[in-house]
Amino acid sequence: MNVEEMYQEIILDHYREKHHAGLREPFDAEVHHVNPTCGDELTLRVDVEDGMIKDVSYVAQGCSISQASTSVMSDLVIGRDVEDSLALHDEFVVMMNSQGKMEPDEDRFEDGIAFIGVSQFPARVKCALLGWSALKDALLRAESAGSRRPTEPTTSQEA
Amino acid sequence: MNYDVEAIRRDFPILEREINGYPLAYLDSGNTSQKPQQVVDAIASHYLEHNANVARAMHQLGAEATAAFEGGRATVADFIGAAEAAEVVFTKNASEALNLAANTLGAGLEPGDEVVVSVMEHHSNIVPWQLVCQRTGATLRWFDITEDGHLDLDKARAENLINDRTKIVSITWASNVLGTINPIREIADWAHQHGAIMVADGAQGVPQRPTDVSELGVDMLAFTGHKLCGPTGIGVLWGRLQLLEALPPFLGGGEMIEVVRMEGSTFAPPPARFEAGTPPIAQAVGLAAAIDYVRGIGMEKVAAHEKAITRYAIDRLMKVEGLRILGPTRDDDRGGAIAFTLDGVHPHDLMQLTDARGVAIRGGHHCARPLHDRLGVQSSSRASSYLYTTTREVDQLVDALDYARDFFTGKSRSHRGRMTLAERKAAREARRVAREELDGGAQTGAVPEDDRGGA
Repeated sequence: MNVEEMYQEIILDHYREKHHAGLREPFDAEVHHVNPTCGDELTLRVDVEDGMIKDVSYVAQGCSISQASTSVMSDLVIGRDVEDSLALHDEFVVMMNSQGKMEPDEDRFEDGIAFIGVSQFPARVKCALLGWSALKDALLRAESAGSRRPTEPTTSQEA
Repeated sequence: MNYDVEAIRRDFPILEREINGYPLAYLDSGNTSQKPQQVVDAIASHYLEHNANVARAMHQLGAEATAAFEGGRATVADFIGAAEAAEVVFTKNASEALNLAANTLGAGLEPGDEVVVSVMEHHSNIVPWQLVCQRTGATLRWFDITEDGHLDLDKARAENLINDRTKIVSITWASNVLGTINPIREIADWAHQHGAIMVADGAQGVPQRPTDVSELGVDMLAFTGHKLCGPTGIGVLWGRLQLLEALPPFLGGGEMIEVVRMEGSTFAPPPARFEAGTPPIAQAVGLAAAIDYVRGIGMEKVAAHEKAITRYAIDRLMKVEGLRILGPTRDDDRGGAIAFTLDGVHPHDLMQLTDARGVAIRGGHHCARPLHDRLGVQSSSRASSYLYTTTREVDQLVDALDYARDFFTGKSRSHRGRMTLAERKAAREARRVAREELDGGAQTGAVPEDDRGGA
C-alpha cells in the first residue's frame, strides 16, 4: 500500500469536517491526552446518562489521522451504550494492530474502516488511537464518578 | 570551492538507497548523521581484532583496547582544543553529558541561587536543570528570544538575568530548531563577571563548526558522537580540569573509585570519576574514526558547505507557497536546522508524504516544546543538512512540499465519482434497510439501532 491510499478520502473529509468538535456542557468527565512523539493534544468530554453516551465533545490539535479518527469515533459512539462503546474501542484497537491483515466490517466500524490502511504504518497507529484512548479513559472516569458531576481534568500520556 | 560532495557521498553507502522508488534525500542529519564506511570499518576492526575490556584487563588485548579507547579520548581532546585528554569525559550521549553537568555542578546549589537557560533549548538542556532546581530549591530562569529567533540579549540585560545570584548558565551553541548561532563567548563573559559557571550544549554546533573550547570561553561543553558521523552510544562532556577535579561523582560503580570500604569510598580523579562501569569502548574507537574523517575534509570546509547549502535551502523554501520558516532567514552565520510550517498540512502528515517521495525530514516539536509554545505553533517540520547534503536533495524536498500541500488542500485529487461523508452514511443506511427486508425482519433484534443523530 502506498501513502496516498492510506490517506483515504474518508480520512481527509473527516479531517476537514471534524464532526462533533468543540467542548460542550454538560459533561461527566474531561480528559486530556497527548502523543509526546508528535505533540498531538486532545481534550475530550463525555456526557453519559443511564449507561448511554449522550455526547462526546472535544478540542484537538494534531495530524489528519488523529483528528479524523476522533471525528469518526464521535459519530460512532454518540447514542451508543457505554458497554458497547468500550467493546468497539477494543475492536478498533485489534484492527489498528492488524497491520492491514483484516477485513473490517463497515456496518460495525462505519467510516472507521478507512483506518485499516493506517494500520500498515506502525508510526501512525498511535495517532489513530489517540481519540479512542481518551474516550475509554473518559468513560471509565465518568463511571467511577457516578452521577453527573464534572471531574477534575486529568492529564495522561499515551504509552 | 574545492568541495567534492559527490566524492564524500561515495563514503556513505546508505545515501545510494532508494525509498519508495525515489532516491533517498536524507535531510534529518540534525537528528542523527549518516556514517561513512571508514567509521563502520574502524568499529568492525576493533570488535574483530582488538576486543577486550579496558583498564582492568591486563592481557595483550586489554592493552590494545585500552590504547584504542584512550586514543579516542585524545583525538576528541585535540578536536575541540582541550588542554588535555583528562578533560574529556565519555557519556552515552549529549543528554547524559548535560545530566552529568547538572547533577555535579548543581550539588552545591541552595535556595536563592539561580540557574539560567534559554527558551530555545532542547529538552535535555532544560529538564536536568529543572530537576536539580526542584531538588535544591534554586530558581530556574531563562533567556527569551526575539521575533526573528535570536536570544533577546537586550531584554536579558534589562532584567539583570545574569547576576550575583547566578551560579550556572547553560545555553545551546546552535539551535536544533531555529538554526540560530548563539553568542556563547559574550554570554560566557557575562556569566564569568558574576562568578557563574558557563555550560554550552554543542550537540548541533560541534559537528558543523570548528570548535575551540577556549575561544568559546565556556567551562563545560556537551556534545554527542552520532551527529558527527560517529556511532550512537557515546557522548562527551568536556570540562576544565580544575573544575572537574572539584566536582562530586555522578554515577557510582566500577572504575570511578579509588578505595571502596563498606564504611565509605574515595573516588578516582577525572575523567574516571565520571565514568562508572564499562565505558563505550568500540564507540570511542568509532568516534575517533569519525573525527579523523571530518578533519580529513576539514572543519572549515564542512562549515562553509553547511552555510552554502543552508542558504540555498532557505532561498528555495521561502518561495514555497504557504511556507513559514521559524528562525533567522537572513543570518550569514547560521546552523543547518531549518524548521518550518506549511499552511494546511500538519507536520506529521507532511513527513509521511515527503517520506513517500524519498525525503526524510522530521516532524513534531523536535524536543523543544517550550520554544514552539513561545513561537505560537504546536509543532513544525524540520530539514537539516550535513557535509554530504546536495542542492539536488533540497530540490527534491521542495518538490515534495508542493506535492504534499496540493494533496492536502485537495488540488491534486480528482473529485469525480467520490462520495461525500453524508452520501456514504446514506448508502450504508440503505444497505442496512435492504438487508433487514431481505431477512424478513426475523433477526432485526440483532441489528443495533443505527439512528444516532450524528453528522
